[in-house]
Amino acid sequence: MTTLQRKEVNPIAHLSPEDIEQLGRELDAIRDEILAVRGEQDARHIRRMIAVQRRLELGSRAVLLFSVFPPAWVLGTIGLSISKILENMEIGHNILHGQYDFMRDPKIHSTTWEWDSASPAEQWKHSHNELHHKYTNVVGRDNDLGYGIMRVDEQQRWAPAHLGQPLYNFVNACFFEYGIAAYDLELGRNLRTKKRRNNPEFRARARQVLHKIRRQVTRDYVVHPALALPVGFAVGNPLGALFGTMAANFVANLARNLWTHSVIMCGHFPNGVETFERTSITGETRGEWYLRQMLGSANISGSKLMHIMTGNLSHQIEHHLFPDLPASRYAEVAPKVRALFERYQLNYVTGPLVFQVASAWAKVFRLALPNRKPAREIDHSIPPRHPAEVAA
Amino acid sequence: MPVNQTSLFTRRLRNGAWRVVELITTPVVPADYLDVIAPLRNPTVLRARIEAVRPETADAVTLELRPGRGWEPHQPGQYVRLGVDVDGVRLWRAYSVTSAAGRRDGRFTVTVNAVRDGVVSGHLLRHARKGMLVHLDVPAGDFVLTSPRPARTLFVTAGSGITPVMGMLRSALPELGDVVVVHSARTPEGVVFGAELRELAAQGRIRLIERHTRADGRLKPAALADLVPDLFERETWACGPGDMLDDLQEHWADAGAAERLHVERFRPTVLVAGDGGTVTFEKSGLVVDVAAGATVLDAAEAAGQLMRSGCRMGICFKCVLPMREGIVRDVRDGKLTTATEVDGDNVLIQTCISTAAGPCRLDA
Ligand code: FES
Repeated sequence: MTTLQRKEVNPIAHLSPEDIEQLGRELDAIRDEILAVRGEQDARHIRRMIAVQRRLELGSRAVLLFSVFPPAWVLGTIGLSISKILENMEIGHNILHGQYDFMRDPKIHSTTWEWDSASPAEQWKHSHNELHHKYTNVVGRDNDLGYGIMRVDEQQRWAPAHLGQPLYNFVNACFFEYGIAAYDLELGRNLRTKKRRNNPEFRARARQVLHKIRRQVTRDYVVHPALALPVGFAVGNPLGALFGTMAANFVANLARNLWTHSVIMCGHFPNGVETFERTSITGETRGEWYLRQMLGSANISGSKLMHIMTGNLSHQIEHHLFPDLPASRYAEVAPKVRALFERYQLNYVTGPLVFQVASAWAKVFRLALPNRKPAREIDHSIPPRHPAEVAA
Repeated sequence: MPVNQTSLFTRRLRNGAWRVVELITTPVVPADYLDVIAPLRNPTVLRARIEAVRPETADAVTLELRPGRGWEPHQPGQYVRLGVDVDGVRLWRAYSVTSAAGRRDGRFTVTVNAVRDGVVSGHLLRHARKGMLVHLDVPAGDFVLTSPRPARTLFVTAGSGITPVMGMLRSALPELGDVVVVHSARTPEGVVFGAELRELAAQGRIRLIERHTRADGRLKPAALADLVPDLFERETWACGPGDMLDDLQEHWADAGAAERLHVERFRPTVLVAGDGGTVTFEKSGLVVDVAAGATVLDAAEAAGQLMRSGCRMGICFKCVLPMREGIVRDVRDGKLTTATEVDGDNVLIQTCISTAAGPCRLDA
């Protein structure tokens, strides 16, 4: 946990290794409480979400057959946007985390689920579940920090290219699903050298992504617009129907991308969230891993609807502590988790969506410029801990 | 050949149309949307609707099931696996078909006997209702009548072992000449299908020998020879507890009549958790001893097995492997997960956080 040592005030200086292990045990106990009641209610929740989303999608697409009429266009576009958001957040993200694997339903299972996102589930699970959730906020290991295109920490060296990062971030937000796919492919790194470009494994993965994108683009911008044509012809405005439906799909995708990007930015970027150094996690214990998740995540406060529309990622802290528990349970454990933060005098970062988004964006702007003061040096007076010591 | 060409053309057209439909629904398949509306029509996911629930004894119930598309008719004596969601978890259990084969209405029945600590049987006994959907697998099992049918037949059953035999009697009794049924149950009231069996006996269609073990004790093969003197001249089907079947098999083998005895074992689904165990990887043939507390992943890797893994802490689900049979314990919270072969659970376990709590076989 050494990045913290660079801070003037180390937020965990008051915790002894014993405290941290005790904290870990208390979090395990909270986890066990949920495991004991996990069952019927959670199965019903996810099945209902899937049914609602599918009905909403079918309904919106049906309405969009009449997209030549402005009210139908508006209604269909709103419905499709909501349906896409639900599909990605409350359904896809959570199922792919294995949260519903306990049901043993081969359809609703992390190994078989595929979602409406440019990134194939398999690749996303690797970069997200495996890398991001294990190495949360470890600079250089967790690429979710800035997605490899942004400077997210005062400690990172500034370069003139960073001046453009508000723009990159905005473009990334608009085309977020493609950004995620590129990021899962490690496109930047893999395109750099010829050897990497020609690596058969990389090529195979890139092909999968392209195949998926092609199908989705065909669906949204060819097949469904074509289905709207008959009504278009009937009212003598086929082009209106064609382009209207295309536009509706584009807007729905855009809305979904902007929304998911905002929610996800709120998870780890707002002020008060800590980052960690690569070396700080050698020999990390379960307690320390929990502590890192606590310090590295931020919540969004809001209503129940807000939580559902974010796929409960508004409970990012709880999600990072218990990524494999059904997300709809996070609200239930949040008060207990928060009580632990207080008891152990840690900072539970939370706030309304607009504040958190603004805070994250402020950081993007601030770090686009070089630091006003030089980055602090590592405080060598705090000795680094030895893995053996930690394990003992 | 114009006919073939037309059919080829229509097939192409249909395939093409289907591909367009799939494009409309990508990334999922059209069936996923239809499932929301019409769950029984999906031919790739076999389900059945419970049409009637009839109590048999205090702890046995008969379910009349209407299978959805994709069902195949059964042979008398076979079993089907039912998948039932109990507290949100889908559990599979095998049940013998008890109705006559080839019913006009396409329905069939299974008779569920509550077993001790039986999660699924207990659930069905208490909660099965008309209209409920269960998951279904096509009929399986080779405990079936031989053809041509034997002239003289003996059935030896105990407890719920009567269920597959009942299916056989209801389907083929007229084709079977001389039939003797020896059935053991704890009490007269505990005899599943007791009334029907006694009725058949009263009509002289079978010779029924009932044995009530609470009063008369367990039936031994030697006593069986007294009850049915021409024992070894009969084609015999036996179903019941394992030790009864062991006794019978030994007795028949001693008499040199082993091939005339057909047995069906209902394997107990209650696995007892211990510490550590031997894990067999069926495909690679590797057998490793997993010590108590060690993870299956670590133990297998130490033995040279190539394993998929990611986070190694239970959060990425990259290390999952299907367990055919066995019992594992979650090293984080002590939770047990069991799988039995007959039930075909094939539950996916995370090898990085699972330790063996008994012998296990993995499909890897
Ligand atoms: S390796 Fe990640 S869950 Fe097992």
